[in-house]
Parts: sequence; C-alpha cells; structure tokens
Amino acid sequence: MAKFKMHLLVCGGTGCNASRSQEIAANLKSSLKDNGLENEVQVILTGCFGFCEKGPIVKVMPDNTFYTEVKPEDATEIIMEHVVKGRKVTRLLYTDPENKQHVADSKHMGFYKKQMRIALRNCGYIDPQNIEEYIGADGYTALAKCLGEMTPEQVINEIKLSGLRGRGGGGFPTGLKWEIASKNHADQKYVVCNADEGDPGAFMDRSILEGDPHTVLEAMAINGYAIGATKGLIYIRAEYPLAINRLLVAIDQAHEYGLLGEDILGSGFNFDIELRYGAGAFVCGEETALIHSMEGQRGEPTFKPPFPAQSGYNKKPTNVNNVETYANIPIIISKGANWFNQIGTEKSKGTKVFALAGQINNVGLIEVPMGITLREIIYEIGGGIKGGREFKAVQTGGPSGGCLTQKHLDTPIDYDNLIAAGSMMGSGGMVVMDETSCMVAIAKFYLEFTVEESCGKCSPCRIGNKRLHEILEKISKGNGTMEDLDTLTNLARVIKDTALCGLGQTSPNPVLSTIENFYDEYVEHIKDKKCRAGVCKSLMQYVIDQEQCVGCTACARNCPVNAISGEKKMPHFINTELCIKCGACIEKCKFNAISIC
Amino acid sequence: MTKIKSLADLKAMKQSVQEKIDTRAKGKAEGLVQVKIAMATCGIAAGAKNVMDYMMSETEKRGMDVVFTQTGCMGYCHAEPTIEVTLPGKEPIVFGYVDLKKADEIIDKYIKDGELVEGIIPVNYEKINN
Repeated sequence: MAKFKMHLLVCGGTGCNASRSQEIAANLKSSLKDNGLENEVQVILTGCFGFCEKGPIVKVMPDNTFYTEVKPEDATEIIMEHVVKGRKVTRLLYTDPENKQHVADSKHMGFYKKQMRIALRNCGYIDPQNIEEYIGADGYTALAKCLGEMTPEQVINEIKLSGLRGRGGGGFPTGLKWEIASKNHADQKYVVCNADEGDPGAFMDRSILEGDPHTVLEAMAINGYAIGATKGLIYIRAEYPLAINRLLVAIDQAHEYGLLGEDILGSGFNFDIELRYGAGAFVCGEETALIHSMEGQRGEPTFKPPFPAQSGYNKKPTNVNNVETYANIPIIISKGANWFNQIGTEKSKGTKVFALAGQINNVGLIEVPMGITLREIIYEIGGGIKGGREFKAVQTGGPSGGCLTQKHLDTPIDYDNLIAAGSMMGSGGMVVMDETSCMVAIAKFYLEFTVEESCGKCSPCRIGNKRLHEILEKISKGNGTMEDLDTLTNLARVIKDTALCGLGQTSPNPVLSTIENFYDEYVEHIKDKKCRAGVCKSLMQYVIDQEQCVGCTACARNCPVNAISGEKKMPHFINTELCIKCGACIEKCKFNAISIC
Repeated sequence: MTKIKSLADLKAMKQSVQEKIDTRAKGKAEGLVQVKIAMATCGIAAGAKNVMDYMMSETEKRGMDVVFTQTGCMGYCHAEPTIEVTLPGKEPIVFGYVDLKKADEIIDKYIKDGELVEGIIPVNYEKINN
C-alpha cells in the first residue's frame, strides 16, 4: 500500500460527532477523490482532541495545522486550498484570544502548551476503530511484555512502584489494590472496569473509551494476568452509545487478532472481556453498588469490609478500577515505573485528566501533570474567564467535592492538597465560576443532584441530604436564620460521619466548603436578604427609576403578568407582588430606567 | 482466524503499521529536519510531485527522520521545483531547480551532514508565525 503523504484527523468524539464530524470526514474523502488524491491523503476519524469549545476539529499532519469549528461545507475548501495548493485556510485557524492572531499549528496553542497527555495519548491521534493503528502506536506491547518477560508479582510491583493512584475519585494506590486481589485465592477472579462516569460535567472516561478503547482492554488483560483472573467486565452506562459501540468493535477486533481469548500470544494465558450495561445511577459508580448492579441486584452499596478484592462479583475476588486508571497502565509497563514516578508530586504521581467547564474560555478536556496550579489551568490552558469577568471559585470533585477560591489559585493540585483545601480530586470535573455565580445556589444545585441520586439505603444520606436541601432552599428564598447556618454545618458533619458509602459520606462537601469559603454570602442571604450574584430570584426586586423613566409604556406592554402600571408619558411602577422577575422589562427599556436591587 | 499468535507476529505488525502512520508521529515529534516542497501549479508542472515522492522514499531507505510537507507557491516560479529545508536550530534554506539528482545531493550532503550544496536561492521575504 502506498504511503500517505498527509493525514487529515477529524475528531469523532461525541461532541464533534453531534456537530456533524462524520459528514465532514465523508466530504473530505469525496473531495479528495474528486482531485485524485485518495491514495495520497488519508482521512481518519479519531477520538477527542479535548478542545471541545471550538469543535469540530480537523487536524492536518504532519504540519499540525489545527482547524476549528469546521463545517461539512468547509471540506472542499480545505482540500482545494490546504491539500492541493498548500495554503492554510486562515479563517478556520484558531485565533488567539489575546492578540487576535491566527495560530498556525497546535504546538503554538496555549491550550496544549502546558498539557501532558499520557492517558489521552492516543485520543486524537489514532483511529479508535482500527486495532492495527493502536498496535502501530505501541499498543499491546505492554501486554506482550508482561506475558513474555514478567511474572505477575513483577507486574504488581511495577504498578506499585509507579505510585499510580485510582483516578475515579478515591485515589487508592492501584498497585496495592492489585496485590490484595492477587493474594486472595479462588477458582475464579474478576477484573472490572468502572465506566460508570456520573459526576456532572465529567466526560474523560467516555472520551478515552471513544478515542482509545484498546488501551483499556489491554490494561484489563494485564490486570487479569497480574491477579490471576481470566474474566473481565466493563460496567458502562447505556447512555454512552458511541463508547459502547467502539468498545464492542474493539473487543471483536482483539479476538480476531488473538489479543483476547485463549492462549494469548502463545503464552497460555486466557482472558476475555464482556460489557455490562448500567442505567445511569450515580451510586453505581461506587464499587460495591456497581458489583450488585452487575449481579442483577439493586444498585445499592454494602458495607466494606468485605472489600471486592475479598468478595466481589459473584462472591469472588474482584478488582475494580476506573477507565482513566486503566489508560495509564500500558504505558507504565512499557516505559517503566521510574519514568512514571518522575511526573507529578511526591504523593500523587503522573497526570490527571480534567473536564474543564463553566465560565471559562476554553471548555474542554485537558490532561496535566499533578502539581500544576489552578492559575495555570484557568489562565493559561483555559484561556481565562469568559467575558473578562472576575474569577470567583472552581468546583472540583462534583457532588462529592468542594470549592476552591482565589486563595487556592497557586496551590499545586494533587490528591492530598485538594482534600486539605476542603475539596477532592473526584473523577476530574472542574467547573469554573465567576462573579455571576451564587454560592448558595451552587450548593443547592449539587444537593439537588445528591437528593435525586441517593439510593435511599441509609438514612443519613436519604433523609439528611433532603433536610440540607430544604434549609438551603429556605435561605435562598430569604427566609433563613442564623441558626439555620449552624444546623446546616452540624447536619452536614453528621452525614459525613454516619453515611454508609463513600458517596454519602462526601455528599455534604459542597455545603461545607461553600460555608467555609463564602460565609459572608450566606450571611448576606440571611440578614440583608440579598444575593450579590443576582441568581436567587426571590431576593431580587425590579425597580423603575422615576427620574429616568419617560413613560414610553414599552415595559408595561411587554410585561407578561401585567405587573407594570402608569400613565403615558409619566413614570411607571412595578407591582412587586405580581412581578415574576422574568427580566422582559429590562430588555425592552431603552432608557436604562429599570434595575435589579 | 487468529492473526497474531506470538510476540514476533505482534512486532512485525507494529512495524508495518508504524511505517504507515509515522507521518503523524513525525508531526508530534520535536527537532526533526523539515522539508517543505512548493506544490503550486508551477511546482507540480515542473515535477515537484516526483521530487517529493523520491525524497520521501530515499530518506526512509537511508533511515533518516524527515518531515515532509507540501506548501503553496513560494514565489520562485522561475526556479521550480523549489524546496525549503530547515535543519533543527538553523535558519531555513531554499533550494531551486531541484530535480531528482539535485534532491539526492541535498539529502546526501545538506540534510545528512549540514554541508551546503549549489542551488541556494537567497530568501527575499520575512515570515511571520513560522
């Protein structure tokens, strides 16, 4: 086969897919054909590039040209200009928000400069549906190395030495987990991949499965070899159809190539992987609940011990790891634990993938070395706060985490520092907030999520969180008292101490950390009946400035509830009893006479 | 049918695929020799395509890591085919009238040893943003 001179990599992640990247790829291919270039230029649908803010992405290799917000109609222009004539299509290049210049290639983009892609190494680089490309990118050599040159003990030692910790949230040392599972003897053991990604806003696991499914399969096989398991299960939520589809293709291909199944690479080691579908309950990300759900039971957690490593799926020793954790395994084996443990901080090695979201310019998926500061993430990779507004807080760890503020901007991010700051790593959701976010409302939002998702098995979580939510509701309506603040704190601590599973124990974190960091804002809601961000509707009032109002009646005519009255050419009034605070009057007023106070 | 039965099979497959996707790998890598080939109408008419094919296969045969990109008209239409070679850490140098013989000489002398050869065109413009 002839060698392709140029590769056009089109993002095939869920986000870009929804923006018709399949069509872009098809159009690129047909345009290449029209120009007789189909044997010189290759078009590939890859996994996520991470720069979802500006998707769909088309990257041209080897010159690293990075086209953003590409539409299917642009395909012909890319082929005619870039491929045929060698001129970059300037209007599709990324524009640096600071100096408004076009950036010619991805190596010069602020978004990528500070990133270090280990778990995402193949996302946006290979075709996830083609096992040969994965093999070409060093794939399955780690498995071969384990089977051919290493004993199971050596594999476990290597992982222990690397210092890798669980990327799903808890941060438990992976090597230790494997060792415990390997020491429990049974006729059958299981390896389980936890792909039940439930944190609001986090999508790194989905992106890895979509962009590089084979790396997870390979890591699970290595895990099986290390602990003596021959069966692997991936627990994935049914709402990830693209990831499921790519996994199924990958498993089939691995079978066809003899990299799963019996007697892998002639070593006598057998390993097989099946999928198990979840219905999307948040609690099923907790390993005991996940195992019960796989067994066909209700997805409810049980008390540990016994740990899954002792008695897990079907009462057999089971090792459960998260997708991102697995994505680190093959490269640790290939490059060695000593390569990996040079990256990161003393107690947190390697990198972490974060899903950057909220009021930030570059929304997307990033992978950074542990120990990077929040400032670097927000201002260098994230490109700063949207609209140049003031940074207020960043929420990490989803419903189990808390808020970091201005004073944490220069704290190196790792597992332990985040916990010390009252938050946690979690699975890596990172929601950036500015002055327009109300912290009481944020705490209420996460509590709503927890109340909705609580499995109901233990009362602290089922009843306690409900009460927390009611108190927050009361405060945001302006009916709170200072005693409520004490009740909130006390109740939150009780839930923390008494809930059954990890999710219940961490569920009051958003409340505790917002009270800790934004006490003033709570007091304002209670005493001054004021929401400085203008989010809590009950605390806002629309007022017409009698001096500014000329009596044009535009507001009165547009008020959907007829709350505004007044004579023509005379100042108008808002009846606050009737007002629903929809803001329609402000929009219509040409004289800036209406304000919120 | 099982396609990969042993480590040797895996290695063989890895090698054959690597050759196909190394255009991508080279783009990712830092510090490689870059060759840009002017492939506008004038360049193609003068045989730039053949030169590119030849240089790609020759450098590969000789085990050299070189990134080839095609680019638009460089403005030296009188001297096509023209190529621009950038050795790591050095200023780019443009060669004109590059036929297969010249290409061979450039690979053998300039790319390999950094030794200049005849046919250099003085650069008459400044570039922004690489």
